[in-house]
Amino acid sequence: MTARNINAFFGKVQALYDVNLDIAGNRVLAIIGPSGCGKSTFLRCLNRMHEVAGGTMTGTVELDGQNIYGTDAVLVRKRVGMVFQKANPFPTMSIFDNVAIGLRLTGGVPKSQMNDVVEHSLKQAALWDEVKDSLNKSGVSLSGGQQQRLCIARTLAVNPEVILMDEPASALDPIATAKIEELIYELKKDFTIVIVTHNMQQAARVSNTTAFFYMGKLIEFDETKTIFTSPKQKQTEDYITGRFG
Amino acid sequence: MRLKTSPRHNLGDVVFKYTTMIFALIVLSLILLMGYEMYQDSKPSILKFGWSFLTGTTWDPVQEEYGALPFIFGTLVSSAIALVIALPLSIGIAIFLSELAPPRLERPLSFLIELLAGIPSIVYGLWGIFVLVPWIRTSIEPFFSRHLGFLPIFHGAPYGFGMLAAGLILSIMVLPIIASISRDVLKSVPQTQREASLGLGATKWQSIRLILKDAKSGILGATLLGLGRAIGETMAVTMVIGNRPTISYSLFDPGYTMASVIANEFTEATSSMYISALIEIALLLFVMTIIVNMLARILVWSVTRSTR
Amino acid sequence: MSITPFVPSWQYYRRKIAGATMLALCYLSAVLAIVPLVLIFFYTINRGVSYLNLDFFIQMPKPVGEPGGGMANAIVGTLVLVATGSAIGLPIGILTGIYLAEFGNNKFAYFARFMTDVLSGVPSIVAGVVAYGLVVVPMKHFSAAAGGVALAILMIPTVTRTTEEMIRLVPHSYREAALALGIPMWKTTMQIVVRTAFRGIITGILLSIARIAGETAPLLFTALGNRFWSTSLDQPIGSLTVFIYDYAKAPFEDWNNQAWAAALVLIILISGLSLAVRVVTRSKFVQR
Repeated sequence: MTARNINAFFGKVQALYDVNLDIAGNRVLAIIGPSGCGKSTFLRCLNRMHEVAGGTMTGTVELDGQNIYGTDAVLVRKRVGMVFQKANPFPTMSIFDNVAIGLRLTGGVPKSQMNDVVEHSLKQAALWDEVKDSLNKSGVSLSGGQQQRLCIARTLAVNPEVILMDEPASALDPIATAKIEELIYELKKDFTIVIVTHNMQQAARVSNTTAFFYMGKLIEFDETKTIFTSPKQKQTEDYITGRFG
Repeated sequence: MRLKTSPRHNLGDVVFKYTTMIFALIVLSLILLMGYEMYQDSKPSILKFGWSFLTGTTWDPVQEEYGALPFIFGTLVSSAIALVIALPLSIGIAIFLSELAPPRLERPLSFLIELLAGIPSIVYGLWGIFVLVPWIRTSIEPFFSRHLGFLPIFHGAPYGFGMLAAGLILSIMVLPIIASISRDVLKSVPQTQREASLGLGATKWQSIRLILKDAKSGILGATLLGLGRAIGETMAVTMVIGNRPTISYSLFDPGYTMASVIANEFTEATSSMYISALIEIALLLFVMTIIVNMLARILVWSVTRSTR
Repeated sequence: MSITPFVPSWQYYRRKIAGATMLALCYLSAVLAIVPLVLIFFYTINRGVSYLNLDFFIQMPKPVGEPGGGMANAIVGTLVLVATGSAIGLPIGILTGIYLAEFGNNKFAYFARFMTDVLSGVPSIVAGVVAYGLVVVPMKHFSAAAGGVALAILMIPTVTRTTEEMIRLVPHSYREAALALGIPMWKTTMQIVVRTAFRGIITGILLSIARIAGETAPLLFTALGNRFWSTSLDQPIGSLTVFIYDYAKAPFEDWNNQAWAAALVLIILISGLSLAVRVVTRSKFVQR
């Protein structure tokens, strides 16, 4: 994916200033920066969720050469999935239905295949073993970490190419967080992942490349190792070393 | 934060939006349709009687002479009596529920009051005929007659059926409405107000008085909503008011309300002018309740919004 | 400088007494509010229960003057009227509620919402007059359909309001999650949001059904009444409420007693629905 000249607004307030970024396939990109620097806003420009919250933007985002702003947003979001900060499985549905619902409502798959798809997605999300005997239980009966993996399974079921994660582990305990990080490491073999996080250690552990945002601008973008050991910008260095946050 | 999305590319979204919009349009136009419909049907009567319809006191279907003042009088007076009785009690209950009662007591009590509001009008009427009216005839009216009989409102023989019965039963019916809305209004006054006055050394009652001041317009709105209900109430009133189109000073005398005359005489109406006159009364009732309700909503909204 | 101790003055006592009196009055009014409720409930149960028997439910009314008989047709009549009213009023109310919740920030929506509020204050007898003009006059006779239309007019405001409120209560995160999966907006609303708000919407529906089941005035000159068995929509139809009215006014004691029995059935039905609503809303919160 490539993003060029992204300027994003909420009404008259500008949130992103001329951001240019390349996202390589089958790798993990971490976006870091202090609160309010525009990381989530940028993420939402990648799957056209920014406009859902009433925002506007200029610039182009291309997926495999195609501008996502020229086509139907619904189709874009099937190819670019999103996992949110607070796990939000649908409360009125069972675990099975939660995973299946994305496919059911966007074209559907014959019933015989549905079971396989659900099982495959839950396995990819490292949740299958824990829930395979209780697929009919309510989606909200799981623990926080399990719910988040359920949401990941739900996103995986529609078979996207890119997965965007907005601080997916910030509401979870360390053990659940570790599980999610393991999962990301496995998933990048099949998917492209962009993760927003305020936890720098997490970014260092999980990502291949890192982008540092500050006050709506992209300050620095490089291999993760470089960013964390020898950052080129002073602001980056200050943030990394904890001088502000 | 409103969620917007562009339905440009998605046919389903467009169909959805406009389908639901059509239904909203139906609802919006329903009121206008109702008003128009009644206006058309009552036109013959409006044209024939003009303003004398509102001031005339003769209601004579045989002579085709229709004056609606007795009914307007009956509606307003019975509603006024209901409010006079219900308002102090409702405010008392509202204060009790909002400020004094422990939560374990408040919830079931509020539920009971809601139940009271849910009892159908016809059951009130039934109880009115067989319980309330005899009681009034044998206890209340003789009591007032004996001790305060010199007052014009207590003249006349105690029939039981009459304006007093109607006022009493209406007061029971509007009490839940005024009480529960007033309670909500009082609850929406921020806790800081209470703490401020108590902190200055006021007694509980004095602090409540201050809260009441804040909630004044909301309580007024609740009262108006109760008034709206009282004006439109039909069955319970019809069954106890005596149904005679007289204008009298006494509470003991029978009366007739706008809603009652429509209920009683609509199916008996033989000529089209008769029906037209009855529909004109319905139109009057319609307009009255709309005005009262509009005022009420504005007042209630203003308090629960501003104190949030 | 000495500190004056907490010595109460006579003004203090006066404030205290005045306050205590007023508070006592508040307690008293709470008691007084319950008195009529209890009286009406118990009296109805008392007088109604003795005349409530199987005959009441399965027999038809006997000719005038003959003792005995039941209200089978009236019970069915009420069911038919409620069903007809719901068939008209529920779709209109729910879809309007959905529109107001999802698209409701423009002038048109404000106006529609305002009109819904106004509609909720219209007296039931006026709804009857309108239904008379809209249905009875063109059809040239009274009918159950006309009664259904009158009841639908009374249902619509409540259903619309509750539906809108319940949908607005659904957290945005579910909408976002669904949209992010690539689900189109209209499917998100209907299949995800409405499904989440379903319990709340049901309570609105039950409450409005309870209300119209108890209505009498709008039926008096639309559905009229029918002492014989009828379930067709283009004929007059009896109802529990109108029967209570007729039987209460009648000079026959047997009929008066039947009116009490009918009133008891009505109260049980309506209070039962109210209680069901309470149970549903409470368990909704327990689930979370």
